[in-house]
Amino acid sequence: MPSIPSSVVDADNECLIGGASEAFLCRRAFWNRVAAWLLFTAAAASVLVTLGIVYVLIRDSIPFFEQVPLSEFLTDTQWTPVFKNARFGVMTLVSATLTVAAIALVVAIPAGLGLAIFLSEYANPKLREAVKPFLELLEGVPTVVYGFFALLFLTPMLQTVIPGLSGFNLLAPGLVMGIMILPYTASVSEDAMRSVPMGLREAGYALGFSRFRVAAQVVIPAALSGITAAFILGMSRAVGETMVVAIAAGQNPNFGFDPLEGAATITAYIVQMAMGDLPHGSIAYQSVFAAGLVLFLITLLFNLIGFYLRRRFREVY
Amino acid sequence: MRNSTKTRVKLLMNEMTSSPHPFGATRQRQDAQPEPVSAPALRAEVRNLDFWYGATHTLKSVSMAVVDCKVTAVIGASGCGKSTLLRCFNRMHDLYPGNRYAGEIQLYPEDRNLIEMDPGMVRLRIGMVFQKPNPFPKSIFENVAAGLRVRGVNGKSLLYERVEQALRGAALWDEAKDRLHDSAYGLSGGQQQRLCIARALAPQPDILLLDEPTSALDPIATAKIEDLLTVLRNTVTVVIVTHNMQQAARISDFTAYMHLGKLVEYGVTEKVFTTPQSPLTNDYITGRFG
Repeated sequence: MPSIPSSVVDADNECLIGGASEAFLCRRAFWNRVAAWLLFTAAAASVLVTLGIVYVLIRDSIPFFEQVPLSEFLTDTQWTPVFKNARFGVMTLVSATLTVAAIALVVAIPAGLGLAIFLSEYANPKLREAVKPFLELLEGVPTVVYGFFALLFLTPMLQTVIPGLSGFNLLAPGLVMGIMILPYTASVSEDAMRSVPMGLREAGYALGFSRFRVAAQVVIPAALSGITAAFILGMSRAVGETMVVAIAAGQNPNFGFDPLEGAATITAYIVQMAMGDLPHGSIAYQSVFAAGLVLFLITLLFNLIGFYLRRRFREVY
Repeated sequence: MRNSTKTRVKLLMNEMTSSPHPFGATRQRQDAQPEPVSAPALRAEVRNLDFWYGATHTLKSVSMAVVDCKVTAVIGASGCGKSTLLRCFNRMHDLYPGNRYAGEIQLYPEDRNLIEMDPGMVRLRIGMVFQKPNPFPKSIFENVAAGLRVRGVNGKSLLYERVEQALRGAALWDEAKDRLHDSAYGLSGGQQQRLCIARALAPQPDILLLDEPTSALDPIATAKIEDLLTVLRNTVTVVIVTHNMQQAARISDFTAYMHLGKLVEYGVTEKVFTTPQSPLTNDYITGRFG
């Protein structure tokens, strides 16, 4: 044992390091290890749950794909799993899903971008802090409320302007979903814009740019990948959103991209099947998992693109 | 030119009689009276300028001249207010709340106080290059064209002509001509800084402000920028802030020394460095302070 200067050995001859006893240091190391293990368990649990979901989706889809060839699944334009002559063209559901998501983006991109520009480039800190709670409020509204808002308020209102609009349609839930993802896309875009270094803005102002020109020609191009990521992640939310479409878009699987007609999205179909009493192990039951797998893959794809872009925009400067 | 200006310049000139004639290449004004020593034209003149960052009084009654087509260097220790002074010239402080000016920066020949002008108008006339290269996330061409476009230059051939001229002016043309439409971020740090100089030069500003333009660069890139400034001398009015005294001595015609928000000394560079009038300047340039 290395010799210890007398100054660090106390009256009871207990070893001291920087004033701390050995017992104290041991306890500290022990609790440090406990904390690390607890945190690791929490992290591992979320990964395991995700893997478990993927496992169940794949496991229950396999018998489905043993009966329905993948080519039919991807190319057929009919989705009638409970009919006698059942057809499984998942594109029917995908078309409605993408139509709603696209309408949502048409609302969310201009409004979200405008809001983000305003908050990041125009609003003073006080105003910004005053506006943000309202955005969070918008984000906290339960989706079922948005769904009934689309069905009972927006659709009748739109019908006075668009006479051909069905009671169930893709337009109203799309618009409402645009408002729903707006807080998220706006705040992520704003983060991207605010992380643009001040020096870049100063370069624009020094050339005689106006505030708007600085926003449009300097800040947005510099934050573009972050902004794109915000909208892709917003789109992935819209694709996975369930309540609004289940309530306001109807449950008829129709292939097509007409926003004036009602059509079941992937999520709406899953909800519909989950609420009915399907015999366990039937092909219709398995089709829920196949549809879920498709949904999972679509959102996964969007999320991967979004996260890739988000990571990239940090490396620009 | 107004009389008051002329007297000031004459006073300035009297100080320089011992140095070799520094104004050989100065433009003569048509209406100028014959003078025993040809007076240089002023581009701007700071008169009793005060500046506050909130409650902090950072510039205290600063007065100095900016001579047309000459390089004026502002030197001093960190925190002496030299960058603050420079950023008054293009009203950069107006971008942030709580800043306040008092005094004048007269812009010649029209003799207007730029502190009272619209900041956007001021910045259309006075270009700036910053400490850290800050090209826009666009192509090299679009970076240089940005200042032209905002001034309404839109014709494609005219833009190309002016962009080429500016890139040549910033000694970047040979390196950039084959990659004009590539991203500016592909350039090295020194090239990016020369691109920023080209961007500032393209609209032909009345005054070019340089805020420690080489402090983020390696010695070779620094030497290139210094060479460039030597070439620009006599064609562009430059005000440069630098913490590098040798740089100020090498490239400037006039030098101002600042200390704690005050302008301690201003004069012909050679005189400031060889026979400084103030002991403070002497301490700084001999390395006893700062």
